[in-house]
Amino acid sequence: MPDQTARHSLPPHPGVGYKARHFSNIIDQAGPVKWLEIHAENYMGDGGRPLAQLRHLAERFPISVHGVGLSIGGEAPLDRDHLARLAHLCGWLNPASFSEHLAWSTHGAEFLNDLLPLPYTSATLATVVSHIDQVQATLGRRMLLENPAVYLDFAETEMDEVDFLNEIVARTGCGLLLDVNNVHVSSTNRQTDPFDYIDRFAHDQVGEIHLGGHDQDHDDTGAPLLIDSHGCEIVDPVWELYAHTLATGGAKPTLIEWDNDVPDWPVLAAEADRAARLLQKVTA
Amino acid sequence: MRQAEFRDALLDPDLPVPAGLTDPQGHPAGRRFDVYRNNVSVSLAEALCSAFPVVRALVGEDFFAAMAAVYVRSHPPGSPLLMFYGQQMADFLSTFEPVAHLGYLPDVARLELALHHSYHAADRPAVASETLACLAPGQLMESRLQLAPAVFLIRSQWPVHSIWMANARGGPPPRAEAQDVLVTRPQFDPEPELLPKGAGRFIARLIAGHTTGAALEDDLSFDLTATLGLLIRSGAITQIIPGEPK
Repeated sequence: MPDQTARHSLPPHPGVGYKARHFSNIIDQAGPVKWLEIHAENYMGDGGRPLAQLRHLAERFPISVHGVGLSIGGEAPLDRDHLARLAHLCGWLNPASFSEHLAWSTHGAEFLNDLLPLPYTSATLATVVSHIDQVQATLGRRMLLENPAVYLDFAETEMDEVDFLNEIVARTGCGLLLDVNNVHVSSTNRQTDPFDYIDRFAHDQVGEIHLGGHDQDHDDTGAPLLIDSHGCEIVDPVWELYAHTLATGGAKPTLIEWDNDVPDWPVLAAEADRAARLLQKVTA
Repeated sequence: MRQAEFRDALLDPDLPVPAGLTDPQGHPAGRRFDVYRNNVSVSLAEALCSAFPVVRALVGEDFFAAMAAVYVRSHPPGSPLLMFYGQQMADFLSTFEPVAHLGYLPDVARLELALHHSYHAADRPAVASETLACLAPGQLMESRLQLAPAVFLIRSQWPVHSIWMANARGGPPPRAEAQDVLVTRPQFDPEPELLPKGAGRFIARLIAGHTTGAALEDDLSFDLTATLGLLIRSGAITQIIPGEPK
């Protein structure tokens, strides 16, 4: 069993998004998987099996808490009740990492359950910065902000996405979660160069990498339109971009995200194994 | 662009895609915006499918999908805790004209919601059967029985337990009768228990804070021993609060 300190940082090895159906596989033979990520919102009930399993796993693995409902890019103030629930979860669990998205998902009292896009303007920047300041002050920890998968552009956008993220880091002191699949998806959809995006990224601020599967579609003009679905295997172009990311920024904790049509454990473990082999070739 | 405009178009496919959203060449976003529309409607409909499997089985998959789309637009989630999405489903079903002939449907939805709430409810150690057995009858009647947060009572004019069992576990076809159901959670898995006649009213009065004696209301037709046995066996009682000494 890892010691206490090891559980409080993510190791530069593969992790997976935890699904209850894999509980016994993970306990019996986690193989290349050295840490787990949970979606914060699924563990905000008062008790029962989800929290019992989480307590059990947290004694054995470093845990990353990944929020999907805070709406950091929302125009309105952050939902104080939700922030309090996050503070409660991070308080008792003391996870190795907390991350959220550069996106919005709440409007008024409505939760829209998608990571919706933002225009990169000075007004958006000010809102996101103040929300991240509030999150970090409330949780008493540094958070990681994830680059989004986007399907369209805003005419009003003034800044490049990498510059926008760097400015957020400079103003808030937060770290970054680099989702390599999102870079591939967004670059394809925006018809830009994903390797250039990786080359300009602030790798020294990256605390975690995400890899996942996506679906393929096309827009009205027939141009390819990739959709971040987390429902299938990671494709070769994303693995190539990941290898380039490791060569550029060094070994980082790397998550295999598979949230829909969740496969049997061996399929997921094989993806983690492929990441482990690439991680072994580089140093942290 | 305000997020309100984005949100309105997201939930209403008849509205045009907001201006200022484009493809890389600056053309209107078109299908690209539909990805977000689709993500929202599909993911929320899926949340309802997993929350209400028996309602879905009763109305059929295609009908449920169409009904879920109406529900999502009229009742978007009020919080990011999607495991509790569908709070207003029973009320929605009781006023949704196309299912007006299925009078039992709202109670089935109530039962399914109760099962979800029970699954996520706080853990509390149960009172051991010996503790209850050690009480003199007089002490028991003057005590208040505290029930676990995972316990939910559904009282219905319909055979809601039989309907649930027939669809979720292949039980026999329901007979026309009123049924009261107690959702309990012996460990981690909620279980809907069919209550004997009279027990629903008794438990409702326990939940309302009456003493055991007052909850009985001189109802001699009702099997107190069997009902207390069910409560103890399922770990539903978490505390016996003694009456004030006389």
